[in-house]
Amino acid sequence: MISLSVEYTRTRSLQFEMSRSESKPLPPKNTELSDQTIWMLAVRDERDKAAFAELFDFFAPRLKGFIMRSGTSSAQAEEIVQDVMLTVWRKAPMFDPHRAQVSAWIYQIARNRHIDIRRKENRPVPEELIEDPGTEPDASQIMAMQQEAGQLKQALAQLNTKQREMIEKAYLGDLTHQQISEQTGLPLGTIKSRIRLGLERLRRELKGLR
Amino acid sequence: MSAITHHIPDAMLAAYAAGTLPHAFSVVVASHISLCDQCRTALGAHQAVGGLVLEGADSVGVSGNLKTDILAQLDDPYTPEPMYDRLGIYPGPVTKVLKGGEPRWKTLGMGVRQDILSASREGSVRLLYIPPGQAVPDHSHNGLELTLVLQGSFSDETGRFGVGDLEIGDESLHHTPTADAGDPCICLAATDAPLRFNAFMPRLLQPLFKI
Ligand SMILES: [Zn+2]
Repeated sequence: MISLSVEYTRTRSLQFEMSRSESKPLPPKNTELSDQTIWMLAVRDERDKAAFAELFDFFAPRLKGFIMRSGTSSAQAEEIVQDVMLTVWRKAPMFDPHRAQVSAWIYQIARNRHIDIRRKENRPVPEELIEDPGTEPDASQIMAMQQEAGQLKQALAQLNTKQREMIEKAYLGDLTHQQISEQTGLPLGTIKSRIRLGLERLRRELKGLR
Repeated sequence: MSAITHHIPDAMLAAYAAGTLPHAFSVVVASHISLCDQCRTALGAHQAVGGLVLEGADSVGVSGNLKTDILAQLDDPYTPEPMYDRLGIYPGPVTKVLKGGEPRWKTLGMGVRQDILSASREGSVRLLYIPPGQAVPDHSHNGLELTLVLQGSFSDETGRFGVGDLEIGDESLHHTPTADAGDPCICLAATDAPLRFNAFMPRLLQPLFKI
């Protein structure tokens, strides 16, 4: 059993103690959570507005650029950014770092809001699985999730320009499902296994509550 | 849950994450994911890719007051959207359309019933109730049809579909789905085009029944 001493402070080098008896420090690369995850957990667990401001500074300009890519005006894009960032604040308890990166979670919120506004109704979403607040996080799973996302990022960077453009188009919402190929060129198998472990952990926690 | 053997193809999950799937199909996909951890996991992988595309997007500067505006709204009271949970056999996305109520079945004949949840030019989604042993009238497809089993099971030329299984039919699929013995089979079915029933209902009646 891994013993954890987790403090969600907004310091750059949040350390997870993998084991109290462990004397060899792990290389920093493997023991640091990303800034985004630290900010998001501070928002989720501490309702920390300064951390939210950091998330805003990182994501708002990217969200605006992302939304404008599909032909939305600057003014409307900012309205959507505002909506998305408020949703991030309000739905923070649903963020689960064992199953998702902050950017993945915000991506889905942004796409949902975009569609809601276009269709003027809420788009269908799966039943939410929400962990009991205060459940002990599993640092090794969170770190592994982050590393897996890093691998995926590398794989994305290594695709040729044409493949990468197709992927950007697909996830920006510029392709129909018939136009999206089953073969994206991205190895999704390993990140799926990792997300699956995060989901199984959550299922165990939810079962324990009953 | 481990019994689910027919899942959502990756391209469809990617389109669902990106929001480009027609509304009727999204109801079915969201319902299947509610029942299926394998597809919930796969959706997570597509969201991860979407997140990377978002992270890599060119930044466009936001208005100077946007941040202070939002920070000022954080403590505003707001009404969370109602969350719809599973109700009996119906997954959250279906109970949401039903607004927590029961389906309003309309008889189609031969014991088959339906409740049209939504219908528009871009497609329709409905619940179907098929008594055991009864064939869903032989139909071929104009476009794409997704059928998710919520109760009982049906079999056709391509195999057996139990609770949680998703069948994807297109123009090339000419099948005769038949409800298996046991409980009546209840399905959630979506199509992006009107169905052409070959038997048991004159084509002229179709507009009346909106199928
Ligand atoms: Zn599935």
